[in-house]
Amino acid sequence: MSIDTETARRVAKLARIKVEDDALPALAQEFSAILGFIEQLNEVDVDGIAPMTSVTPQRLKRRADVVMDGNQQVAVMKNAPDAREGFFAVPKVVE
Amino acid sequence: MTDLSKLTIASARDALRKGDVSSAELTNAYLGAIDGAGALNAFVHHTPDIAKAQAAAADIRIKAGDAPDMCGIPLGIKDLFCTKGVPSQAASGILDGFKPEYESTVTTQLFDAGAVMLGKLNMDEFAMGSSNETSVYGNAVSPWKIDDRQLTPGGSSGGSAAAVAADLCLGATGTDTGGSIRQPAAFTGITGIKPTYGRVSRWGVVAFASSLDQAGPMTKDVRDAAIMLAAMCGHDPKDSTSMDMPVPDFEAALTGDIKGKVIGIPKEYRMDGMSAAIEKLWDDGTSMLKDAGAVIREISLPHTKYALPAYYVIAPAEASSNLARYDGVRFGHRAKLAAGDGITEMYEKTRAEGFGPEVQRRVMIGTYVLSAGFYDAYYNRARKVRTLIKRDFDQVFASGVDAILTPATPSAAFGLGAMKNADPIQMYLNDVFTVTVNLAGLPGIAVPAGLDADGLPLGLQLIGRPWEEGDLLNVAYTLEQAAGFVAKPQKWW
Repeated sequence: MSIDTETARRVAKLARIKVEDDALPALAQEFSAILGFIEQLNEVDVDGIAPMTSVTPQRLKRRADVVMDGNQQVAVMKNAPDAREGFFAVPKVVE
Repeated sequence: MTDLSKLTIASARDALRKGDVSSAELTNAYLGAIDGAGALNAFVHHTPDIAKAQAAAADIRIKAGDAPDMCGIPLGIKDLFCTKGVPSQAASGILDGFKPEYESTVTTQLFDAGAVMLGKLNMDEFAMGSSNETSVYGNAVSPWKIDDRQLTPGGSSGGSAAAVAADLCLGATGTDTGGSIRQPAAFTGITGIKPTYGRVSRWGVVAFASSLDQAGPMTKDVRDAAIMLAAMCGHDPKDSTSMDMPVPDFEAALTGDIKGKVIGIPKEYRMDGMSAAIEKLWDDGTSMLKDAGAVIREISLPHTKYALPAYYVIAPAEASSNLARYDGVRFGHRAKLAAGDGITEMYEKTRAEGFGPEVQRRVMIGTYVLSAGFYDAYYNRARKVRTLIKRDFDQVFASGVDAILTPATPSAAFGLGAMKNADPIQMYLNDVFTVTVNLAGLPGIAVPAGLDADGLPLGLQLIGRPWEEGDLLNVAYTLEQAAGFVAKPQKWW
Protein backbone atom coordinates (compact mmCIF):
# COMPACT_ATOMS: atom_id res chain seq x y z
CA MET A 1 0.00 0.00 0.00
CA SER A 2 1.22 3.47 -0.81
CA ILE A 3 0.94 5.99 1.99
CA ASP A 4 0.19 9.56 0.98
CA THR A 5 1.29 12.71 2.75
CA GLU A 6 -2.11 13.21 4.37
CA THR A 7 -2.02 9.71 5.90
CA ALA A 8 1.49 10.33 7.18
CA ARG A 9 0.26 13.56 8.77
CA ARG A 10 -2.65 11.73 10.41
CA VAL A 11 -0.43 8.96 11.77
CA ALA A 12 2.04 11.49 13.20
CA LYS A 13 -0.88 13.25 14.86
CA LEU A 14 -2.22 9.99 16.32
CA ALA A 15 1.25 9.16 17.62
CA ARG A 16 1.59 12.66 19.09
CA ILE A 17 4.86 13.31 17.30
CA LYS A 18 5.31 16.71 15.67
CA VAL A 19 6.45 16.32 12.08
CA GLU A 20 7.07 19.46 10.02
CA ASP A 21 5.20 19.70 6.73
CA ASP A 22 8.33 19.51 4.63
CA ALA A 23 9.31 16.20 6.28
CA LEU A 24 5.99 14.49 5.51
CA PRO A 25 6.66 13.32 1.92
CA ALA A 26 9.86 11.49 2.93
CA LEU A 27 8.07 9.98 5.91
CA ALA A 28 5.22 8.80 3.70
CA GLN A 29 7.74 7.17 1.38
CA GLU A 30 9.40 5.32 4.27
CA PHE A 31 6.03 4.10 5.53
CA SER A 32 5.19 2.85 2.06
CA ALA A 33 8.43 0.88 1.85
CA ILE A 34 7.98 -0.71 5.27
CA LEU A 35 4.31 -1.51 4.69
CA GLY A 36 5.22 -2.96 1.31
CA PHE A 37 7.59 -5.30 3.11
CA ILE A 38 4.93 -6.19 5.68
CA GLU A 39 2.42 -6.99 2.96
CA GLN A 40 4.20 -10.28 2.27
CA LEU A 41 2.01 -11.50 5.12
CA ASN A 42 -0.92 -11.51 2.73
CA GLU A 43 0.60 -14.58 1.04
CA VAL A 44 0.02 -16.67 4.17
CA ASP A 45 -3.15 -18.70 4.52
CA VAL A 46 -4.36 -17.81 8.01
CA ASP A 47 -7.88 -19.21 7.72
CA GLY A 48 -8.96 -20.74 10.99
CA ILE A 49 -5.75 -19.72 12.77
CA ALA A 50 -6.14 -17.99 16.12
CA PRO A 51 -4.09 -14.84 16.69
CA MET A 52 -1.43 -15.46 19.31
CA THR A 53 -2.25 -13.97 22.70
CA SER A 54 0.45 -15.61 24.79
CA VAL A 55 3.64 -17.25 23.58
CA THR A 56 3.87 -19.50 26.64
CA PRO A 57 0.83 -21.59 27.53
CA GLN A 58 0.47 -20.08 30.94
CA ARG A 59 -2.39 -18.59 32.90
CA LEU A 60 -1.40 -15.20 34.21
CA LYS A 61 -0.50 -15.33 37.88
CA ARG A 62 -2.84 -13.61 40.22
CA ARG A 63 -2.04 -12.09 43.55
CA ALA A 64 -4.14 -11.32 46.58
CA ASP A 65 -6.09 -8.07 46.19
CA VAL A 66 -4.25 -6.23 48.93
CA VAL A 67 -2.19 -3.08 49.17
CA MET A 68 1.45 -4.03 48.55
CA ASP A 69 3.08 -0.65 48.42
CA GLY A 70 2.17 2.97 48.88
CA ASN A 71 3.00 6.35 50.38
CA GLN A 72 5.58 6.90 47.65
CA GLN A 73 4.55 10.40 46.60
CA VAL A 74 8.04 11.86 46.86
CA ALA A 75 9.61 9.01 44.87
CA VAL A 76 6.85 9.14 42.26
CA MET A 77 7.27 12.90 41.71
CA LYS A 78 11.04 12.86 41.87
CA ASN A 79 11.69 12.68 38.09
CA ALA A 80 8.87 14.95 36.97
CA PRO A 81 9.90 17.85 34.72
CA ASP A 82 7.44 20.08 36.58
CA ALA A 83 5.95 19.00 39.90
CA ARG A 84 4.26 21.37 42.29
CA GLU A 85 2.73 20.70 45.70
CA GLY A 86 2.44 17.00 45.07
CA PHE A 87 0.99 17.33 41.57
CA PHE A 88 2.33 16.94 38.04
CA ALA A 89 2.02 20.34 36.39
CA VAL A 90 0.99 20.57 32.71
CA PRO A 91 -0.23 23.39 30.46
CA LYS A 92 -3.82 24.42 30.90
CA VAL A 93 -6.11 21.64 29.63
CA VAL A 94 -9.54 23.23 30.11
CA GLU A 95 -10.27 26.79 29.01
CA MET B 1 48.47 -7.57 37.85
CA THR B 2 45.65 -9.81 36.68
CA ASP B 3 45.51 -10.46 32.93
CA LEU B 4 41.93 -9.42 32.27
CA SER B 5 41.98 -10.86 28.76
CA LYS B 6 42.29 -14.41 30.11
CA LEU B 7 39.81 -14.11 32.95
CA THR B 8 36.28 -15.53 32.84
CA ILE B 9 33.46 -15.40 35.38
CA ALA B 10 34.19 -19.03 36.27
CA SER B 11 37.94 -18.54 36.72
CA ALA B 12 37.46 -15.25 38.60
CA ARG B 13 34.93 -16.95 40.89
CA ASP B 14 37.42 -19.70 41.67
CA ALA B 15 40.30 -17.23 42.17
CA LEU B 16 38.16 -15.08 44.47
CA ARG B 17 37.18 -18.07 46.58
CA LYS B 18 40.76 -19.25 46.84
CA GLY B 19 41.85 -15.78 47.91
CA ASP B 20 44.20 -15.38 44.94
CA VAL B 21 42.57 -12.06 44.09
CA SER B 22 40.06 -9.76 45.76
CA SER B 23 36.99 -8.25 44.18
CA ALA B 24 38.42 -4.83 45.00
CA GLU B 25 41.54 -5.61 42.94
CA LEU B 26 39.50 -6.99 40.05
CA THR B 27 37.13 -4.04 40.15
CA ASN B 28 39.97 -1.52 40.13
CA ALA B 29 41.58 -3.30 37.19
CA TYR B 30 38.34 -3.14 35.20
CA LEU B 31 37.70 0.50 36.13
CA GLY B 32 41.18 1.25 34.78
CA ALA B 33 40.47 -0.67 31.57
CA ILE B 34 37.21 1.25 31.13
CA ASP B 35 38.99 4.59 31.63
CA GLY B 36 41.37 3.63 28.83
CA ALA B 37 38.60 2.57 26.44
CA GLY B 38 36.72 5.79 25.83
CA ALA B 39 37.18 5.29 22.07
CA LEU B 40 34.81 2.31 22.18
CA ASN B 41 32.04 4.40 23.78
CA ALA B 42 30.75 1.23 25.43
CA PHE B 43 30.28 2.56 28.96
CA VAL B 44 28.09 5.66 28.90
CA HIS B 45 27.48 6.14 32.62
CA HIS B 46 30.34 5.26 34.96
CA THR B 47 29.60 4.13 38.50
CA PRO B 48 33.02 3.63 40.14
CA ASP B 49 31.78 4.55 43.62
CA ILE B 50 29.01 1.97 43.51
CA ALA B 51 31.44 -0.57 42.06
CA LYS B 52 33.99 -0.05 44.84
CA ALA B 53 31.36 -0.26 47.57
CA GLN B 54 29.89 -3.44 46.07
CA ALA B 55 33.37 -4.95 45.69
CA ALA B 56 34.21 -4.22 49.33
CA ALA B 57 30.95 -5.83 50.45
CA ALA B 58 31.62 -8.82 48.17
CA ASP B 59 35.10 -9.31 49.64
CA ILE B 60 33.60 -9.52 53.13
CA ARG B 61 31.09 -12.15 51.96
CA ILE B 62 33.78 -14.14 50.18
CA LYS B 63 35.97 -14.12 53.29
CA ALA B 64 33.01 -15.29 55.36
CA GLY B 65 32.49 -18.19 52.97
CA ASP B 66 29.08 -16.85 51.90
CA ALA B 67 29.77 -16.28 48.23
CA PRO B 68 27.30 -17.11 45.46
CA ASP B 69 28.84 -17.67 42.01
CA MET B 70 28.45 -14.04 40.93
CA CYS B 71 29.85 -12.61 44.17
CA GLY B 72 32.53 -10.02 43.47
CA ILE B 73 32.20 -10.33 39.67
CA PRO B 74 32.45 -6.96 37.84
CA LEU B 75 29.68 -6.49 35.27
CA GLY B 76 28.38 -3.92 32.84
CA ILE B 77 24.65 -3.20 32.80
CA LYS B 78 22.78 -2.28 29.63
CA ASP B 79 21.25 1.18 29.87
CA LEU B 80 17.79 -0.39 29.39
CA PHE B 81 17.82 -1.71 32.98
CA CYS B 82 16.57 0.68 35.64
CA THR B 83 19.23 1.09 38.30
CA LYS B 84 18.33 3.04 41.39
CA GLY B 85 19.80 6.53 41.49
CA VAL B 86 21.86 5.91 38.33
CA PRO B 87 20.89 7.33 34.92
CA SER B 88 18.79 4.78 33.00
CA GLN B 89 17.91 6.30 29.68
CA ALA B 90 17.46 3.44 27.22
CA ALA B 91 19.94 5.52 25.18
CA SER B 92 17.15 7.99 24.48
CA GLY B 93 16.99 11.76 24.75
CA ILE B 94 13.47 11.48 26.06
CA LEU B 95 14.76 9.93 29.30
CA ASP B 96 17.47 12.57 29.69
CA GLY B 97 18.17 13.01 33.38
CA PHE B 98 15.97 10.10 34.46
CA LYS B 99 17.26 8.41 37.59
CA PRO B 100 14.93 5.62 38.68
CA GLU B 101 13.76 5.45 42.25
CA TYR B 102 13.78 1.66 41.98
CA GLU B 103 15.99 -1.20 40.89
CA SER B 104 15.07 -3.70 38.14
CA THR B 105 14.51 -7.28 39.30
CA VAL B 106 17.45 -8.56 37.22
CA THR B 107 19.93 -6.08 38.70
CA THR B 108 18.46 -6.63 42.18
CA GLN B 109 19.11 -10.36 41.82
CA LEU B 110 22.62 -9.83 40.47
CA PHE B 111 23.48 -7.38 43.26
CA ASP B 112 21.95 -9.66 45.90
CA ALA B 113 24.28 -12.35 44.57
CA GLY B 114 27.20 -9.97 45.15
CA ALA B 115 27.87 -8.82 41.59
CA VAL B 116 29.58 -5.48 41.01
CA MET B 117 28.20 -2.82 38.62
CA LEU B 118 30.96 -0.95 36.78
CA GLY B 119 28.55 1.27 34.86
CA LYS B 120 25.82 1.47 32.26
CA LEU B 121 26.33 0.32 28.69
CA ASN B 122 25.56 1.88 25.33
CA MET B 123 22.76 0.47 23.16
CA ASP B 124 20.41 1.42 20.35
CA GLU B 125 17.70 3.84 21.44
CA PHE B 126 14.95 1.84 23.16
CA ALA B 127 16.73 -1.26 21.82
CA MET B 128 15.54 -0.40 18.30
CA GLY B 129 18.45 -1.03 15.98
CA SER B 130 21.01 -3.59 14.87
CA SER B 131 24.19 -1.50 14.85
CA ASN B 132 24.13 0.72 17.96
CA GLU B 133 23.87 3.73 15.65
CA THR B 134 20.54 5.02 16.99
CA SER B 135 21.91 5.82 20.47
CA VAL B 136 21.66 9.31 21.91
CA TYR B 137 25.16 8.71 23.29
CA GLY B 138 26.62 8.16 19.81
CA ASN B 139 27.83 4.89 18.29
CA ALA B 140 29.39 2.14 20.33
CA VAL B 141 32.45 0.87 18.45
CA SER B 142 33.56 -2.73 18.07
CA PRO B 143 37.00 -3.58 19.47
CA TRP B 144 37.50 -5.61 16.27
CA LYS B 145 39.29 -3.73 13.51
CA ILE B 146 40.67 -4.92 10.18
CA ASP B 147 41.29 -1.64 8.34
CA ASP B 148 40.68 2.09 8.77
CA ARG B 149 36.98 1.62 9.32
CA GLN B 150 35.27 1.58 12.68
CA LEU B 151 33.02 -1.46 12.82
CA THR B 152 29.66 -1.86 14.50
CA PRO B 153 29.53 -4.11 17.56
CA GLY B 154 25.96 -4.90 16.48
CA GLY B 155 22.79 -3.94 18.27
CA SER B 156 20.86 -3.28 20.16
CA SER B 157 23.15 -4.56 22.95
CA GLY B 158 26.20 -3.07 21.20
CA GLY B 159 27.80 -1.55 24.28
CA SER B 160 27.44 -4.85 26.14
CA ALA B 161 29.09 -6.76 23.28
CA ALA B 162 31.92 -4.27 22.86
CA ALA B 163 32.59 -4.17 26.62
CA VAL B 164 32.78 -7.95 27.02
CA ALA B 165 34.83 -8.46 23.84
CA ALA B 166 37.29 -5.73 24.88
CA ASP B 167 37.69 -7.14 28.42
CA LEU B 168 36.13 -4.10 30.08
CA CYS B 169 33.99 -6.36 32.28
CA LEU B 170 33.56 -10.08 32.92
CA GLY B 171 30.00 -10.17 31.66
CA ALA B 172 27.16 -7.84 30.74
CA THR B 173 23.40 -7.84 30.77
CA GLY B 174 21.71 -7.67 27.39
CA THR B 175 18.15 -7.72 26.18
CA ASP B 176 16.79 -9.38 23.07
CA THR B 177 13.54 -8.51 21.29
CA GLY B 178 14.48 -9.67 17.78
CA GLY B 179 18.13 -10.66 18.09
CA SER B 180 19.64 -7.88 20.22
CA ILE B 181 21.74 -10.24 22.35
CA ARG B 182 22.64 -12.84 19.73
CA GLN B 183 23.54 -10.59 16.77
CA PRO B 184 26.00 -8.37 18.72
CA ALA B 185 27.46 -11.45 20.42
CA ALA B 186 28.08 -12.98 16.98
CA PHE B 187 29.59 -9.74 15.63
CA THR B 188 32.10 -9.50 18.49
CA GLY B 189 33.08 -13.13 19.05
CA ILE B 190 31.36 -13.60 22.40
CA THR B 191 28.51 -15.74 23.74
CA GLY B 192 24.97 -14.47 24.32
CA ILE B 193 21.82 -16.31 25.31
CA LYS B 194 18.22 -15.19 25.12
CA PRO B 195 16.30 -17.45 27.48
CA THR B 196 12.75 -18.74 27.06
CA TYR B 197 10.17 -15.97 27.23
CA GLY B 198 9.16 -15.76 30.91
CA ARG B 199 12.41 -17.15 32.31
CA VAL B 200 13.76 -13.73 33.33
CA SER B 201 11.69 -10.96 34.88
CA ARG B 202 11.07 -7.93 32.70
CA TRP B 203 10.26 -5.74 35.70
CA GLY B 204 12.31 -2.56 35.67
CA VAL B 205 13.58 -3.18 32.15
CA VAL B 206 12.44 -0.34 29.89
CA ALA B 207 9.79 -1.96 27.67
CA PHE B 208 10.12 -2.13 23.89
CA ALA B 209 7.80 -4.98 22.76
CA SER B 210 6.57 -6.72 25.87
CA SER B 211 5.57 -10.03 24.27
CA LEU B 212 9.06 -10.42 22.76
CA ASP B 213 11.48 -8.78 25.22
CA GLN B 214 13.75 -11.03 27.28
CA ALA B 215 16.93 -10.21 29.15
CA GLY B 216 19.96 -12.48 29.16
CA PRO B 217 23.70 -12.58 29.78
CA MET B 218 26.50 -11.72 27.34
CA THR B 219 29.72 -13.41 28.34
CA LYS B 220 33.08 -14.68 27.14
CA ASP B 221 32.06 -18.31 26.99
CA VAL B 222 29.22 -20.75 27.45
CA ARG B 223 30.09 -21.68 31.02
CA ASP B 224 29.93 -18.02 32.03
CA ALA B 225 26.58 -17.68 30.25
CA ALA B 226 25.26 -20.62 32.30
CA ILE B 227 26.51 -19.11 35.56
CA MET B 228 25.23 -15.60 34.92
CA LEU B 229 21.90 -16.74 33.46
CA ALA B 230 21.13 -18.70 36.62
CA ALA B 231 21.60 -15.55 38.67
CA MET B 232 19.25 -13.56 36.42
CA CYS B 233 16.41 -16.13 36.23
CA GLY B 234 13.48 -16.82 38.48
CA HIS B 235 9.87 -16.07 39.14
CA ASP B 236 9.01 -12.48 39.96
CA PRO B 237 5.55 -11.56 41.24
CA LYS B 238 6.08 -8.11 39.70
CA ASP B 239 6.14 -9.56 36.16
CA SER B 240 2.97 -11.52 35.56
CA THR B 241 4.51 -13.23 32.52
CA SER B 242 7.48 -14.56 34.47
CA MET B 243 7.19 -18.31 34.93
CA ASP B 244 6.91 -19.81 38.38
CA MET B 245 9.21 -22.78 38.00
CA PRO B 246 12.50 -23.82 39.53
CA VAL B 247 15.76 -22.55 38.03
CA PRO B 248 18.00 -25.54 37.27
CA ASP B 249 21.75 -25.56 37.81
CA PHE B 250 22.69 -24.61 34.25
CA GLU B 251 26.42 -24.98 34.84
CA ALA B 252 25.95 -28.57 36.01
CA ALA B 253 24.27 -29.29 32.67
CA LEU B 254 27.55 -28.66 30.82
CA THR B 255 28.71 -32.23 30.42
CA GLY B 256 29.85 -32.02 26.81
CA ASP B 257 27.93 -35.21 26.14
CA ILE B 258 25.38 -34.83 23.33
CA LYS B 259 25.43 -38.41 22.07
CA GLY B 260 22.13 -39.26 20.42
CA LYS B 261 20.78 -35.70 20.61
CA VAL B 262 18.90 -34.79 17.47
CA ILE B 263 20.03 -31.51 15.88
CA GLY B 264 17.72 -30.00 13.28
CA ILE B 265 19.08 -28.10 10.29
CA PRO B 266 16.25 -25.95 8.89
CA LYS B 267 16.35 -25.80 5.11
CA GLU B 268 14.52 -22.44 5.01
CA TYR B 269 17.50 -20.77 6.69
CA ARG B 270 19.65 -21.48 3.63
CA MET B 271 18.80 -18.15 2.07
CA ASP B 272 19.40 -17.07 -1.51
CA GLY B 273 22.61 -15.13 -1.79
CA MET B 274 23.93 -16.35 1.54
CA SER B 275 27.67 -15.70 1.77
CA ALA B 276 29.99 -18.64 1.25
CA ALA B 277 31.67 -17.93 4.59
CA ILE B 278 28.39 -18.24 6.49
CA GLU B 279 27.45 -21.37 4.58
CA LYS B 280 30.79 -22.99 5.36
CA LEU B 281 30.56 -22.00 9.02
CA TRP B 282 27.15 -23.60 9.25
CA ASP B 283 28.32 -26.80 7.53
CA ASP B 284 31.40 -26.95 9.78
CA GLY B 285 29.24 -26.50 12.89
CA THR B 286 26.97 -29.28 11.70
CA SER B 287 29.95 -31.61 11.26
CA MET B 288 31.27 -30.72 14.71
CA LEU B 289 28.00 -31.68 16.38
CA LYS B 290 27.82 -34.85 14.30
CA ASP B 291 31.35 -35.79 15.31
CA ALA B 292 30.34 -35.25 18.93
CA GLY B 293 27.71 -37.95 18.52
CA ALA B 294 24.62 -35.92 17.64
CA VAL B 295 22.14 -37.09 15.02
CA ILE B 296 21.76 -34.49 12.26
CA ARG B 297 18.34 -34.16 10.68
CA GLU B 298 17.16 -31.78 7.97
CA ILE B 299 13.97 -30.07 9.10
CA SER B 300 11.48 -27.62 7.68
CA LEU B 301 10.17 -24.46 9.33
CA PRO B 302 7.93 -23.37 6.48
CA HIS B 303 6.86 -19.95 7.81
CA THR B 304 10.39 -18.67 8.40
CA LYS B 305 10.13 -16.21 5.53
CA TYR B 306 7.25 -14.43 7.21
CA ALA B 307 8.89 -13.96 10.59
CA LEU B 308 10.55 -10.65 9.80
CA PRO B 309 7.44 -8.99 8.33
CA ALA B 310 5.32 -10.32 11.23
CA TYR B 311 7.90 -8.95 13.66
CA TYR B 312 7.79 -5.54 11.98
CA VAL B 313 4.07 -5.37 12.71
CA ILE B 314 4.02 -6.80 16.22
CA ALA B 315 7.11 -5.10 17.65
CA PRO B 316 6.22 -1.57 16.46
CA ALA B 317 2.60 -2.07 17.56
CA GLU B 318 3.67 -2.97 21.07
CA ALA B 319 6.29 -0.22 21.04
CA SER B 320 3.78 2.45 20.05
CA SER B 321 1.71 1.41 23.04
CA ASN B 322 4.61 1.07 25.48
CA LEU B 323 6.22 4.34 24.44
CA ALA B 324 2.99 6.30 24.86
CA ARG B 325 4.12 6.85 28.45
CA TYR B 326 6.86 9.26 27.32
CA ASP B 327 4.71 12.35 27.32
CA GLY B 328 6.85 14.87 29.20
CA VAL B 329 4.64 14.72 32.29
CA ARG B 330 6.02 12.24 34.80
CA PHE B 331 9.68 11.74 33.91
CA GLY B 332 12.32 12.60 31.38
CA HIS B 333 12.46 15.38 28.84
CA ARG B 334 9.79 18.03 28.32
CA ALA B 335 10.03 20.42 25.37
CA LYS B 336 10.13 24.17 25.94
CA LEU B 337 6.75 25.48 24.97
CA ALA B 338 5.77 28.60 23.07
CA ALA B 339 3.20 31.05 24.36
CA GLY B 340 -0.27 29.60 23.88
CA ASP B 341 0.88 25.99 23.50
CA GLY B 342 -1.53 23.54 25.10
CA ILE B 343 -1.06 19.99 26.29
CA THR B 344 -1.23 18.47 22.80
CA GLU B 345 1.62 20.71 21.61
CA MET B 346 3.53 19.69 24.74
CA TYR B 347 3.16 16.00 23.87
CA GLU B 348 3.99 16.49 20.19
CA LYS B 349 7.03 18.70 20.69
CA THR B 350 8.36 16.62 23.57
CA ARG B 351 8.15 13.38 21.59
CA ALA B 352 9.57 14.96 18.41
CA GLU B 353 12.57 16.29 20.36
CA GLY B 354 13.05 13.28 22.62
CA PHE B 355 12.74 10.35 20.22
CA GLY B 356 15.32 9.73 17.49
CA PRO B 357 14.30 9.03 13.87
CA GLU B 358 14.20 5.19 14.11
CA VAL B 359 12.09 5.26 17.27
CA GLN B 360 9.73 7.80 15.73
CA ARG B 361 9.45 5.66 12.63
CA ARG B 362 8.57 2.52 14.61
CA VAL B 363 6.13 4.30 16.92
CA MET B 364 4.31 5.68 13.89
CA ILE B 365 4.30 2.34 12.03
CA GLY B 366 2.90 0.77 15.19
CA THR B 367 0.28 3.48 15.47
CA TYR B 368 -0.70 2.90 11.86
CA VAL B 369 -1.05 -0.90 12.08
CA LEU B 370 -3.17 -0.55 15.22
CA SER B 371 -5.37 2.23 13.85
CA ALA B 372 -9.03 1.77 13.06
CA GLY B 373 -9.52 -0.02 9.75
CA PHE B 374 -6.02 -1.58 9.69
CA TYR B 375 -5.97 -3.51 12.94
CA ASP B 376 -7.31 -6.70 11.36
CA ALA B 377 -5.38 -6.41 8.11
CA TYR B 378 -2.02 -5.90 9.79
CA TYR B 379 -1.93 -6.55 13.51
CA ASN B 380 -4.29 -9.51 13.75
CA ARG B 381 -2.87 -11.08 10.61
CA ALA B 382 0.64 -10.77 12.03
CA ARG B 383 -0.47 -12.43 15.28
CA LYS B 384 -1.97 -15.30 13.28
CA VAL B 385 1.27 -15.71 11.36
CA ARG B 386 3.05 -15.70 14.70
CA THR B 387 0.88 -18.64 15.77
CA LEU B 388 1.99 -20.49 12.63
CA ILE B 389 5.67 -19.68 13.23
CA LYS B 390 5.45 -21.09 16.73
CA ARG B 391 3.59 -24.14 15.42
CA ASP B 392 6.44 -24.84 12.99
CA PHE B 393 8.80 -25.11 15.96
CA ASP B 394 6.32 -27.07 18.10
CA GLN B 395 5.99 -29.68 15.36
CA VAL B 396 9.74 -29.99 14.91
CA PHE B 397 10.31 -30.44 18.63
CA ALA B 398 7.42 -32.92 18.88
CA SER B 399 9.09 -34.98 16.16
CA GLY B 400 12.08 -35.51 18.44
CA VAL B 401 14.43 -32.66 17.57
CA ASP B 402 16.38 -31.48 20.61
CA ALA B 403 17.97 -28.32 19.23
CA ILE B 404 18.25 -26.44 15.96
CA LEU B 405 21.48 -25.12 14.45
CA THR B 406 21.46 -22.01 12.24
CA PRO B 407 23.78 -19.13 11.41
CA ALA B 408 23.44 -16.26 13.90
CA THR B 409 23.72 -13.46 11.34
CA PRO B 410 23.73 -13.17 7.53
CA SER B 411 27.17 -11.51 7.55
CA ALA B 412 30.08 -10.42 9.72
CA ALA B 413 30.07 -6.96 11.32
CA PHE B 414 29.81 -4.04 8.90
CA GLY B 415 31.30 -0.56 9.10
CA LEU B 416 29.63 2.11 11.18
CA GLY B 417 27.84 4.39 8.74
CA ALA B 418 27.85 1.78 5.97
CA MET B 419 24.07 1.44 6.14
CA LYS B 420 23.39 5.16 6.39
CA ASN B 421 21.76 5.45 3.00
CA ALA B 422 20.19 2.01 2.94
CA ASP B 423 16.44 1.81 3.45
CA PRO B 424 15.38 0.68 6.94
CA ILE B 425 14.47 -2.81 5.74
CA GLN B 426 18.11 -3.54 4.84
CA MET B 427 19.01 -2.99 8.48
CA TYR B 428 16.07 -5.12 9.63
CA LEU B 429 17.46 -8.08 7.65
CA ASN B 430 20.23 -8.42 10.25
CA ASP B 431 17.70 -10.21 12.43
CA VAL B 432 16.50 -12.67 9.81
CA PHE B 433 17.88 -15.73 11.65
CA THR B 434 17.16 -14.60 15.19
CA VAL B 435 13.71 -13.04 15.10
CA THR B 436 11.82 -16.33 14.72
CA VAL B 437 13.06 -17.33 18.18
CA ASN B 438 11.49 -14.28 19.83
CA LEU B 439 8.20 -14.78 18.01
CA ALA B 440 8.10 -18.40 19.24
CA GLY B 441 9.29 -17.50 22.77
CA LEU B 442 12.16 -20.01 22.58
CA PRO B 443 15.66 -19.95 24.07
CA GLY B 444 18.44 -19.14 21.59
CA ILE B 445 22.17 -18.81 22.00
CA ALA B 446 24.91 -17.38 19.78
CA VAL B 447 28.30 -19.06 20.01
CA PRO B 448 31.43 -17.78 18.23
CA ALA B 449 32.47 -20.45 15.74
CA GLY B 450 34.99 -19.00 13.33
CA LEU B 451 36.46 -16.05 11.47
CA ASP B 452 35.65 -14.84 7.97
CA ALA B 453 38.31 -14.22 5.32
CA ASP B 454 38.94 -10.73 6.75
CA GLY B 455 39.47 -12.08 10.24
CA LEU B 456 36.14 -10.98 11.70
CA PRO B 457 34.20 -13.27 14.05
CA LEU B 458 31.16 -15.23 12.92
CA GLY B 459 28.66 -16.93 15.18
CA LEU B 460 26.31 -19.87 15.04
CA GLN B 461 22.93 -19.94 16.70
CA LEU B 462 21.41 -22.85 18.57
CA ILE B 463 17.69 -22.83 19.32
CA GLY B 464 16.32 -24.98 22.12
CA ARG B 465 13.06 -26.35 23.44
CA PRO B 466 11.16 -24.02 25.76
CA TRP B 467 12.47 -24.06 29.36
CA GLU B 468 15.35 -26.36 28.42
CA GLU B 469 18.14 -23.80 28.58
CA GLY B 470 20.30 -26.38 30.38
CA ASP B 471 20.21 -28.79 27.45
CA LEU B 472 20.68 -25.93 25.00
CA LEU B 473 23.71 -24.64 26.90
CA ASN B 474 25.18 -28.14 26.87
CA VAL B 475 24.88 -28.38 23.08
CA ALA B 476 26.39 -24.88 22.82
CA TYR B 477 29.20 -25.95 25.16
CA THR B 478 29.93 -28.96 22.97
CA LEU B 479 29.98 -26.78 19.86
CA GLU B 480 32.25 -24.28 21.63
CA GLN B 481 34.71 -27.01 22.61
CA ALA B 482 34.80 -28.34 19.05
CA ALA B 483 35.08 -24.91 17.39
CA GLY B 484 37.88 -23.85 19.72
CA PHE B 485 37.33 -20.16 18.99
CA VAL B 486 40.10 -18.22 20.76
CA ALA B 487 40.57 -15.13 18.57
CA LYS B 488 40.59 -11.79 20.37
CA PRO B 489 40.59 -8.25 18.99
CA GLN B 490 43.99 -6.54 18.93
CA LYS B 491 43.96 -3.56 21.27
CA TRP B 492 43.94 -0.29 19.26
CA TRP B 493 41.86 1.89 21.58
